[in-house]
Amino acid sequence: MTESNYDEIMQLLCDRLSSLTNSNAQITPETNLISQLSIDSIKLLNLIMEIEDTFDVSIPINALTDVQTVRELVDLVYKIKSAS
Amino acid sequence: MNLLEKIDAAAAARIALLPNGVGAFGIPIEEVYSATEARIGDRRVLLLGTNNYLGLTFAPECIQAAHDAIDKEGTGTTGSRMANGSYFGHRALEREFADFYQCSSSIVFTTGYQANLGTISGLVGPGDTVLIDGDSHASIYDGCILSGADIIRFKHNDTVDMEKRLRRLGNRIETTLIIAEGIYSMLGDQAPLAEIVRLKNQYGCILLLDEAHSLGVLGETGQGLVEKTGLLKEVDFITGTFSKSLCSIGGFCVSNHPQLEQLRYISHPYIFTASPSPATIASTRAALELLRNGSHLRKQLWNNCTQLYSALKEAGYELGPDPGPVIAAVVDTPQQALLLWQRLLEHNIYVNLILPPAAPEGKSLVRCSVNAAHTRDQIQYVGDTFTKLFKEIN
Ligand SMILES: Cc1ncc(COP(=O)(O)O)c(C=O)c1O
Repeated sequence: MTESNYDEIMQLLCDRLSSLTNSNAQITPETNLISQLSIDSIKLLNLIMEIEDTFDVSIPINALTDVQTVRELVDLVYKIKSAS
Repeated sequence: MNLLEKIDAAAAARIALLPNGVGAFGIPIEEVYSATEARIGDRRVLLLGTNNYLGLTFAPECIQAAHDAIDKEGTGTTGSRMANGSYFGHRALEREFADFYQCSSSIVFTTGYQANLGTISGLVGPGDTVLIDGDSHASIYDGCILSGADIIRFKHNDTVDMEKRLRRLGNRIETTLIIAEGIYSMLGDQAPLAEIVRLKNQYGCILLLDEAHSLGVLGETGQGLVEKTGLLKEVDFITGTFSKSLCSIGGFCVSNHPQLEQLRYISHPYIFTASPSPATIASTRAALELLRNGSHLRKQLWNNCTQLYSALKEAGYELGPDPGPVIAAVVDTPQQALLLWQRLLEHNIYVNLILPPAAPEGKSLVRCSVNAAHTRDQIQYVGDTFTKLFKEIN
C-alpha cells in the first residue's frame, strides 16, 4: 500500500468520526477517541464493523486495547489492510 | 487523574444519567413471597423482572432436595472441582445433563458466567479466532478476551453479515469458533440457528450455542433452541446456566466432542474456584427433572408470553421481533425508560431497566420477564398498566 492509502484511511475515519459524534470540534490524528470524542465502547465496536466492510478486512476488536487516538486507529487499519 | 479520580469521573457520568439517586439498579428486595411476588420498600410488588421462567423457585421437590443435601453433606464443598469439590451430586448432575442432551461429555461449572469463560477460553487461544454475535452477553465477550483469540463481531442475528466475515477469514477458518445464543436477553429474539448451522458446515468451523435463556423454555423437553429447530446434533458445544429456569446457580457445557474433557485440566474458571455447594447441586438436579417433564409449565409460560406480548404490542410499544419470556419495550431515551420504570413500580410492578450502552443501538429498554407461575390476572394487570402509561411516556 502507498502513502496515499494511509491518508485516505485517515480522511475517511475523520469524516466518519465527526458524523458519529455530531461535534464541530476539529478532529486531528492526535484526538483521543474516548476522552475527547466520547466514543463509547459500543459505538467504537460498531465503527470497527463498518471499517471492516469498507476495506474488506478483519479487524479483531481485541487489537483495540492499544488504540486511544485517531492516529492509532488509522495505524491499525493500515497495518491490517497492508497485510491482507 | 489518578485511579480513584477516574472511578469518580465514571460515577459522575452514571449519576448524571440517573438523577435523584433513583435506585433502579440493585434495588433492595426485602422479602420474597413466591415466584411472582416480593416486598420492595413497603410495597408488595409483582415480579416481572426475574429469570425464573418456569416459576420453580419454591418447588417443594427442589427445596426438599436442598435441605437433604445440607443435612448430609454440609453447606459447602470448600474446594475446586479439580481437588476435593467433585461430590457424587456434581458427577450425577453431569451425567444427567449428558443424558438430557444425548451427549457424551458434560461439565458443571460454578456459574453460567464461568461456563462461558471456561469453555471459550478452553477451546480457543491466541492465534485462533472467535466470530461472535454483536449483541453477545458479557460472559461471552469476557470469555473471548480471556482466551486471547482474535474477536470478530457480526451484526446481531444477521447471517448475511456473518458469512461476509467468515469469508474474509480465509484459511483462518480452520481455527474459528462461532458463538451465538438461543434467546438473546435484551430483546428476547432467537438466533437464526438453521442458517448459522448451514454456514458453519459450509465453512467448516465449530459452533458454540449459549442456551442460558432458552433452556426450559424452547423445545418439547426444554433443551432449548437446539430442540425447537431439531439441530441438536449440529451444534458442537452447548453452554447454559442453572440461574434461570433451573432456579439455582451454576452453569454447564455439553458436547459430543471428547475434547471437552480436556477442559477440566486447562480451564482456569473451572479449576480456580470452589465447586457449587451440595444444596445447589441437589436442587438443580431436582429442577432439571421437573424441567424435562415440564411441558405443562412451558404451555403455561407460553400462554403468558403471548398474552403480555399482544397486550404491549396493542398498546403501541415497540417490542423485539419474537414473542417469548423476555419482552422488552424499546424507548428512545433513558428518561422515558426511567419514567416508565418508576411509574410501573408505583403500580407495584417490578421490571428491569436497561440503559445505554447495555441496550442495543443506543435505545433504552423496560424489560419484562414472564414466568409460568404468573396468573392470567397478574399478566392482565401488567398489560393494562403498561397501556395506561403509554401516553404518559410518549
Ligand atoms: C446469555 C447468558 N449467558 C450466561 C449468563 C450467565 O449466567 P449466570 O447467571 O449463571 O452466571 C447469562 C446470565 O446473566 C446470560 O444471560
